[in-house]
Amino acid sequence: MILPALPVLFPLITIIFLLINFQRREWQPWISLTGSLLQLMLAIFILIRVKHEGILVLHTGNWLAPFGITLVMDAFSSIMILLAGIIAVSISIYSFEAIDRQRQSFFYFPMVHGLLMGVNGAFVTGDIFNLYVWFEVMLMASFVLITLGGEKKQLRGAVKYVTLNLVSSLLFLAGIGLLYGKTGTLNMADLALKLSIADNNILINTSAVLFFVAFSIKSAVFPFFFWLPASYHTPPVAITALFAGLLTKVGVYAMIRFYTLFFVQDKLFWHPLFLWIGGFTMVVGVLTAASQYDMRKILSFHIISQIGYMIMGLGIFTVAGVAGAIFYMAHNIIAKTNTFLVAGLINRVTGSYDLKSIGGLYKVRPWLAILFIIPAFGLAGIPPLSGFFGKLILISAGFSAGEYVISFVALAVGLFTLFSMVKIWNEAFWKARPENSDPFKGENGKLPVSMVLPVAFLGLLTLTMGFAVRPILDFAMDASMQLLNPGPYIEAVLGNNYLSQ
Amino acid sequence: METILAFVIGLLFAAGVYLLLRRSIVKLILGIMLLSHSINLLIFTAGGLHKGNPQFSDTVMEAGLSNSTDPLPQALILTAIVIGFGITAFFLALMYRFYQVTGTEDLDELKEGDTK
Repeated sequence: MILPALPVLFPLITIIFLLINFQRREWQPWISLTGSLLQLMLAIFILIRVKHEGILVLHTGNWLAPFGITLVMDAFSSIMILLAGIIAVSISIYSFEAIDRQRQSFFYFPMVHGLLMGVNGAFVTGDIFNLYVWFEVMLMASFVLITLGGEKKQLRGAVKYVTLNLVSSLLFLAGIGLLYGKTGTLNMADLALKLSIADNNILINTSAVLFFVAFSIKSAVFPFFFWLPASYHTPPVAITALFAGLLTKVGVYAMIRFYTLFFVQDKLFWHPLFLWIGGFTMVVGVLTAASQYDMRKILSFHIISQIGYMIMGLGIFTVAGVAGAIFYMAHNIIAKTNTFLVAGLINRVTGSYDLKSIGGLYKVRPWLAILFIIPAFGLAGIPPLSGFFGKLILISAGFSAGEYVISFVALAVGLFTLFSMVKIWNEAFWKARPENSDPFKGENGKLPVSMVLPVAFLGLLTLTMGFAVRPILDFAMDASMQLLNPGPYIEAVLGNNYLSQ
Repeated sequence: METILAFVIGLLFAAGVYLLLRRSIVKLILGIMLLSHSINLLIFTAGGLHKGNPQFSDTVMEAGLSNSTDPLPQALILTAIVIGFGITAFFLALMYRFYQVTGTEDLDELKEGDTK
């Protein structure tokens, strides 16, 4: 069954087509869009297959697990692949106009698909060293994207971004080395099996801590987040939106995968730690956001704050908690990308991201206000939108698991998020335009359809997720159940012959 | 042999971290390189060291695999070295560009990017 390899192959083929036609500049966005659309369709197909047939496994090169590299597709991976496909399509359309010619001719589109290849690879792999390789693929593409254009502030942000991410990769690699030394295997399912029968499995905590720090840096969790607000606001907004939607979530994905599948021995240590870290991440992110006046910086700090909710779901560690984390992640990827794209639209109209110098947008562009309201209030958790249900599931899971403190923190942080979003709304749309400000650059021009379309599409998805909670939550529950009972996963990867030995 | 390597790894790691904390971006890159080498050695040592026969030779197959080193960590290191090489190349190019655009290689100059 080749299906699990296709999410990696599709972006690769797109890159090849992009490079073959590199001289035809006007074709590039269209090839990219076609590739992304195919990827989205593939993701939907995979989701249906996983729903009906359970876990799909591909042993590459016919080397059976645990010896070869295994690609595994369970419910959690297929959800993430679908989200990556949605973001790929949106960013492809948005980049038609939003990315200038010069950046497009410097390998912008091939790099976007390189990033998607790395992200998809990280979602499908069932082997920890392979995961490291996909992380590096993703990082290399993101390094190029964040420096593309070579502006001064971009290079400044990039030095921090590159250094911190490299250190995290090295720690990840050290964790792999030590874990391999202790267990003699790299396959995730085999690790789960070996660690569940080992006597002194407390010793693996050395690796577990290394992995924890590595993934925390990647997902910008509380003590390790400083690189994110220093770098994410520097590149063009389409790139920031792509990073905000996907990159940090890959770290969270890896953390959820590792700490539900095989680092489950020392629950008394890890789960309270996750709750603490999640709480601090939420609070610090949202409070630092409150002091900012650059739209992109406010939104960047909110990325951090919302990662906290996902870590909290992992820390609660019940079926409802992990399902809440998955649901929240799905909502956040869509809504977060969307808020950045809207910030790009606002910049297109006003020529600025600085809230102090813009205002009175509602008079000029009432529709833009509505497009902003949907993802922003979604993030803040206003009822019929998706964020409300994400938080509701997480907080009710917290209460029923007896974790009252973190649940109250989560509620309070929701309030502060609302405050930030209302602040952007107030400053950009509602207040009178500052008197001595320059006239808006693009006030009278029409907004390009290619930029409004993905925003509307993602907004529609946020609304749909809010109105169709039941089926999505059911699937998140399935994924969560699969994660918390790794038996079928292990059996699907290793096969009955290996287990009976 | 493991003991010596353990000390080498520790030394490389310490030197790498020290260089990371310096102000110059050149030293930062050197620090990253040293760190990545120390991690490579760590994987090499974690796989277990045996003085003995080369892998996959007939003598090993006859004598049994117990007296030979696990080849997998070496394959992992090979991959890690290649990735590390690519990243170092990128980082050097980034440093060159950074120096061209900002005219400095002092990392303390980066601070104002955070506040504004």
